[in-house]
Amino acid sequence: MTKTSELIVCEYCDAVYRKTSLARHQRSVCVRCGGVLQRHVGLTVQQRLALSVTAAILMVYAHFYPVMSIRLQGVSNSATLWDSVQILSQGSITFIALVAALTIIIAPVLQVLLLIWVLAFAMLRRRSPAFALCMRGLESLRPWNMLEVCLLGALVAVIKLAGMLDVIPGAGLIALAALSVVLIYIAGRDVRDLWDRL
Amino acid sequence: MNEPPLAITLNLCLCHGCGLACDMQGNPQRCVRCGAPLHWRKSDAIARSWAYLLAALVLYIPANVVPVMHTSMFGSSGGSTIIGGVVEFWKGGAWDIALIIFIASVGVPCIKFLGLSLLLITTQRHTDWALRQRAQLYRFIEVIGYWSMLDVLVVALVAALVQMQELGTIEPRPGILFFGLVVVFTMLSAMSFDPRLIWDGATPRRDG
Ligand SMILES: [Zn+2]
Ligand SMILES: [Zn+2]
Repeated sequence: MTKTSELIVCEYCDAVYRKTSLARHQRSVCVRCGGVLQRHVGLTVQQRLALSVTAAILMVYAHFYPVMSIRLQGVSNSATLWDSVQILSQGSITFIALVAALTIIIAPVLQVLLLIWVLAFAMLRRRSPAFALCMRGLESLRPWNMLEVCLLGALVAVIKLAGMLDVIPGAGLIALAALSVVLIYIAGRDVRDLWDRL
Repeated sequence: MNEPPLAITLNLCLCHGCGLACDMQGNPQRCVRCGAPLHWRKSDAIARSWAYLLAALVLYIPANVVPVMHTSMFGSSGGSTIIGGVVEFWKGGAWDIALIIFIASVGVPCIKFLGLSLLLITTQRHTDWALRQRAQLYRFIEVIGYWSMLDVLVVALVAALVQMQELGTIEPRPGILFFGLVVVFTMLSAMSFDPRLIWDGATPRRDG
């Protein structure tokens, strides 16, 4: 086991390589299939924990403040992410509300909570309790986090409605934008390197 | 360039839970590091991938025919399909938004249908045609996959906003359920496929 942990297997074609240390902006690529094997992880554990906490704070804003509001003939209305999930849950299409909830609420929230938990213990150079479970959780949640799609969706919605009525972007939209950028940095495939560090 | 050795010939198996190269001596069932089950290849990859893909393909028909939302505003009301929404933007002069929605709702799913079918058929035929390009195609499908959820989220946001009694309401309609299922099933199809099978079936290259 001590020996194989220095090896890296290409997940796209099964080729085996020895791990190398990379400099900034470098990545190693499989000669056989062209897939990325390793990426340089630029952030320290401390920076990643700080970003995770930032993400948690942004998440509070993104969830409790309206993403945008509209105004028509003196009447106004606003919607949060949660409102958008709820509107889908009415009638025969409830299942899609679950999918939407998973992609814009459940997956990102769990990812941030798991990251804070795992990274807080990593600061103490320890594996957190249930480390394997948390890491595998992060691994399987990753494809279902669609916050950046939601961000583009919000921009499309603004333009879609702007022709009919007044649309005012809300604090939630700014938080959503910042949050999706932060999550790209901290919730990517790079979390795997904790296995080697701890 | 020297060909790298293959994991299977070194009796190593990649763990999909944590990325460890596991030594398969003694046939361990689970990864020693993270406990995820180990498989040489994803189980029933081709059959599962086809099943999800065909389900998505069937659902794509109602997703396009059935309205995704119902608008009643300024005295008029009616349902609109995904293509209807694209056409509306186009006619209204917002060709850029029309293009974004068209790419996300029609382009991406169709690329996935064609791309995954191509990968599955060529893999079943054990051809060594365009191996590298097929591996790249798989990665491309993996990356673009979730962007087709765009329309579902747009409808959700718009419907949540426009709830103003007499003045106007927008409501989601079953088309959005079908469309969401198409996205989920194509994602599951891509996840079930094992790109290593592309290389397994091919005849080994002989250098020199
Ligand atoms: Zn490779
Ligand atoms: Zn593992």
